Amino acid sequence: MAKMNLLQAINNALITAMTENEKVMTFGEDVGHFGGVFRATSHLQEKFGKGRCFNTPLTEQGIIGFANGLAAQGSVPVAEIQFGDYIFPAFDQIVNETAKWRYRSGGQFDVGSLTIRTPYGGGIAGGLYHSQSPEAFFAHCPGLKIVVPRDPYQAKGLLLASIRDKDPVLFMEPKRLYRASVADVPEEDYELPLGKADLVQQGSDITLLGWGAQIEVLQKAAEMALNDGVSCEIIDLRSILPWDAHTVAASVMKTGRLLINHEAPQTGGFASEIAATIQDKCFLYLEAPIARVCGLDTPYPLAHEKEYMPDETKTYEAIKRTLHY
Amino acid sequence: MKDRNHLAQVKTINRVNIIENGIIDIPMLQILDENGALVDEATIPEISKEVALKIYDTMEYIRVLDDRMIAAQRQGRISFYLASTGEEAAAVASAAALGDDDLIMSQYREQGALAYRGYTTDQFMNQMFSNKADPNKGRQMPIHYGDKALNFMTISSPLGTQIPQASGYAYGQKMAGKDAITICYFGEGAASEGDFHAGLNMAAVLNCPVIFFCRNNGYAISTPSEEQFAGDGIASRGLGYGVKTIRVDGNDPLAVYGATQEARKIAITQKCPVLIEAMTYRLAAHSTSDDPTGYRSKDEEDKWRAKDPIVRLAKWLDSKGWFDEAKNKQKVEQARLDVLASMKKCEKTDICDVDEIVTDVYHELPWHLKEQLDGLKQHIKKYPEKYPKTSGRVK
Repeated sequence: MAKMNLLQAINNALITAMTENEKVMTFGEDVGHFGGVFRATSHLQEKFGKGRCFNTPLTEQGIIGFANGLAAQGSVPVAEIQFGDYIFPAFDQIVNETAKWRYRSGGQFDVGSLTIRTPYGGGIAGGLYHSQSPEAFFAHCPGLKIVVPRDPYQAKGLLLASIRDKDPVLFMEPKRLYRASVADVPEEDYELPLGKADLVQQGSDITLLGWGAQIEVLQKAAEMALNDGVSCEIIDLRSILPWDAHTVAASVMKTGRLLINHEAPQTGGFASEIAATIQDKCFLYLEAPIARVCGLDTPYPLAHEKEYMPDETKTYEAIKRTLHY
Repeated sequence: MKDRNHLAQVKTINRVNIIENGIIDIPMLQILDENGALVDEATIPEISKEVALKIYDTMEYIRVLDDRMIAAQRQGRISFYLASTGEEAAAVASAAALGDDDLIMSQYREQGALAYRGYTTDQFMNQMFSNKADPNKGRQMPIHYGDKALNFMTISSPLGTQIPQASGYAYGQKMAGKDAITICYFGEGAASEGDFHAGLNMAAVLNCPVIFFCRNNGYAISTPSEEQFAGDGIASRGLGYGVKTIRVDGNDPLAVYGATQEARKIAITQKCPVLIEAMTYRLAAHSTSDDPTGYRSKDEEDKWRAKDPIVRLAKWLDSKGWFDEAKNKQKVEQARLDVLASMKKCEKTDICDVDEIVTDVYHELPWHLKEQLDGLKQHIKKYPEKYPKTSGRVK
């Protein structure tokens, strides 16, 4: 075991993957010598050479198009998009190419070895263009997998699984946790399963569901609720696509209540999809409507960042409303 | 413009001749050499004493502003800043060659163009402190200025998006019969984005009166220009798209001014785009979140420090008998005091009321945002200490 923050865990996972398989390559804007603007790729160029860890020109559509080609050839690209907010020039490459490559060729060709890493989320005074959580745009896209880790241990295990997975993975890193804290992370190689939610805390009165940096928010809200004698079960979804409806439904059948929290705007957010599925699977078990605590349906503001965020007090109030429905 | 649409007009050759990059060497316009002396036989652009001094004063002002704001960021007073040290001439002298009705679409390192237009210190501060006196309502990070009265489009962080937008805006100006153009600033890094290629091609094909002004300052964050492109800079691409093109010494204010003056004349009379590539150097870090010591040498920086555009213009002004050193010192000191005083004042100004969180998403507030705002206000009243910047004003 070693103490690592989330960035160091990502860096460690990349080193593990690149050491084990010489086909793994990392690239993106400022990723090479500099090690990326957040330093997730620090020292990789030194260790593995310029051929396997390199800077690209400043073009997201180019980065993902290039990565698609590289993956089709049989290499294992781990492409970085510097901020999730800047992924949209690559939207066409991801949605029309990455996600449909295998299907359109009847399984002859695929880009399953591709992993796209990108930091997402707010809480860092980033305003409109350094704060967005764009997972729902991609969740509407069959053929992709979407994975979000909540801490350093999860980050290493999930990233290694993503790199080795046979499908293209969009790996979204909660950047406000990058250097927030350190945790024990095994130095050896390990994987955590994709498509499987993780039970963070057992409880009996309500299920709180989230992912990434919002798990912390759920934990704080659960503590506040505990003072009122409310027992919260907390689930980290971990994979947005495909998502683990089975684990969530089993929990809701036990607690009878569900609250979903995400930073992205409420309308069309992934909570909507979860709510629709869970009311279908658990209709007769639900004691109250499924609650959503999300970002407002506005762009992500700077001065009003605190007001915008689906924080622990908003979550706590929603828990009470659900309990007293 | 040659008609390339018809194959019959293409010259033929009878052996394989692969054309290599570098056949055309695009030269760089220089009027003042690195010591501020006139280059032999250089044609000095038409420039009045008043304009020359305003360019100079604006560059000095921007250097003061940049220094002070970097310090303010280090003190934790603002969250972010982005300086233009060493490349002031590119933005300031090009803006000086424009008309007031010309629209400026900038990237994010053109505070010099904005200051030349008349943006005040208080306006800079209001934006950077995200307060309610800024017409952009504190929604974006510091340095994302925008001011309708000054024809300066509000800056957006995503790189290169303004390039095709500038083509469209300029086309609209032409169709409306306006005697005005659009200038679009960007860096050599942003020129790798797809939007650059789309924007130049569309401007050329649709004959848009737009000046594409590229600050080739050598770095995109840590990425040096040799890892950004393999061709002859950005200028060579202009020619490929059929856009009239000039490369200038970006640290030579007279060359930048003269080139932009001519480009504007062409854009407005011939209704077509012009690309200017200004060769300069980003002496500053990319932003306050960046530390260049990890990717370039002090020697390299020193070489460029010696090409300081402010010093260069001072020497030329002096040779004309237009420069008063004592008066200049006084002005710089006054700028420092003004920035500090303005900062003190503007950092105390409140941010917008929470009601503004939902405005401007749409022209009219839809029902669901009204509901969300009501819910938010009730919540803030319940937890006022959690939202100290707005709770005191929630009704």
